[in-house]
Amino acid sequence: MSEVQKYDSGSATNIERPISDPGIEPHRVRMTDKSEKHAKTAERQISFMFLVSIVGAIIAVWGFVAFPIVGGDLSATRNNAFWMGIGMALSLLGIGFGAVHWAKTLMPDNEVSESRHPARSSDEARAKAIEIVKLADGESGFTRRKLIRRTLYGALAFFPIPAVVIFGDLGPQVGDTLKHTMWRAGTRLTKDPTGIPIKASEVTIGSVFHVIPEGLKDLEEHKLEEKAKAAVLLVRVNPGELKEDPEKANWSYDGIVAYSKICTHVGCPVALYEQHTHHLLCPCHQSTFDLADHCKVVFGPAARPLPQLPIAVDDEGYLVAQSDFLEPIGPSFWDIRK
Amino acid sequence: MNPQKPMRRRPWALGVVIFLGLILSGGGYAAATQTFEAEFGSPEQVEEGRKLFLANCASCHGTNGEGAIGGPSLIGVGAASVDFQVGTGRMPGQASGPQLYKKPVQFTEEQIAAMAAYVASLAPGPAIPPEEYLRTDGDPTHGGELFRINCAMCHNAVGAGGALTEGKFAPALDGVTEKHIYEAMVTGPQNMPVFNDANLTPEDKKDIITYLKYVEENGSVGGFELGSIGPVAEGLFTWIFGLGFIIAITVWLGAKAN
Repeated sequence: MSEVQKYDSGSATNIERPISDPGIEPHRVRMTDKSEKHAKTAERQISFMFLVSIVGAIIAVWGFVAFPIVGGDLSATRNNAFWMGIGMALSLLGIGFGAVHWAKTLMPDNEVSESRHPARSSDEARAKAIEIVKLADGESGFTRRKLIRRTLYGALAFFPIPAVVIFGDLGPQVGDTLKHTMWRAGTRLTKDPTGIPIKASEVTIGSVFHVIPEGLKDLEEHKLEEKAKAAVLLVRVNPGELKEDPEKANWSYDGIVAYSKICTHVGCPVALYEQHTHHLLCPCHQSTFDLADHCKVVFGPAARPLPQLPIAVDDEGYLVAQSDFLEPIGPSFWDIRK
Repeated sequence: MNPQKPMRRRPWALGVVIFLGLILSGGGYAAATQTFEAEFGSPEQVEEGRKLFLANCASCHGTNGEGAIGGPSLIGVGAASVDFQVGTGRMPGQASGPQLYKKPVQFTEEQIAAMAAYVASLAPGPAIPPEEYLRTDGDPTHGGELFRINCAMCHNAVGAGGALTEGKFAPALDGVTEKHIYEAMVTGPQNMPVFNDANLTPEDKKDIITYLKYVEENGSVGGFELGSIGPVAEGLFTWIFGLGFIIAITVWLGAKAN
């Protein structure tokens, strides 16, 4: 048997220069053991902490009664919560600090050493365990009856498959909901939150309108989901400052452009618009889009431009969508291009 | 049937008509001039404003306010713009940079009014808002909703301000007068966009001002505000004081009594 095996498994100690056992530190006699006066002081300190705990409990009850929570008055909650919290904290901390202080100063502080028992079982116990396993194998025929053993392996491998299939089908099917919004050809652009339609003439240069599609306000269900997809930022810039792709030149109207407000990084609302730089900044991760250049990403982690909503003006002068967004809004996903 | 007596024009009738006409047109003109002066300032005030403009602003904004190197054109920016920029001390600008800062006001109210009248006389633009929209007796709930939709992304939900791109920032709104808040919305100073009356009606603007003043006066209901800037300040506070407290207790627990 080599020397290493004298040690417990897992202890890769350098046995050439083992660290010597320092033994127990010399016992230091506490002041509270030496002088009755110090012991008395400690006793008073501990009792004081327990008294603080009692006072804390009383403060908590007083705070609850003295600052009742009044419906509609949020500031009442503040004092109520503050005094309840302070009181309960004092109450619990008082007990805790008192108990620890007691143990440290007055309870016996004799150092004791206890050795760990070795982790390795005795050779007899190990031999016995192997014997049991072999006996069970012989009696059950696990090794001998190959057919049973292999079909059992097969059964165990197939057993989790239904769970995988079921988990893969949890929740509603996303379908194509990620690729479409409420916008249709002719949907009017309306103001958030009032739903008042916007005339092109009202959008002066430098203006920003926060836009929802007409009809969103009256939706009975899924209103927030639809708003989260359809929210649009409407801005008018000096038409001469727009750098427009000839293919998309008719998507704007006389310098008025509409872009999805949902960041293509992880979907925060992008609405920090700077009038002169035409920068559109996302507050979450600082993705910056150049609104005058089809919302190209100029800084930050977003990977693609904000989708543009093609707009036009109807007979009455109101701004309307030419169609839905022509690409999915918001964060990119697995099969976005399909 | 008696034939009607033919209408006879008396000699003095013409005189009466001319007299009445003169009174009407003259009086009307005088009245119109008065309203014009009330709205745009008297010729003397405009002239005073022009002198101040030439002495203090023209080097950047051009001798006729047409703009020059370093300063944009002021034609059509209106009296509200001048009142905001000069009234908050941002103008005259101290140094060029990403953004002009608020600083001590350099002119008296009369001088600001004169310059505003001069700039307003160049071309029509947003006027100084009437008193009725600057009171804080609007609807703070509606104002708060409008503020969160239109303003909070830059100025923070309670107007604590926030960072923008490349050194620019949206300033904190506490302590800003009602008039300057209104003027900022209607003129869009520096990189702030414009919120004209079609977007936010004067009543909406009043509600927003009411909300901001309500928040300013009532403070936070949720304990320490830590600047109202959200998770960064709160996280830092917890890391330093919360964890610091836990570490201190741990050290105390492990220390021997002496």
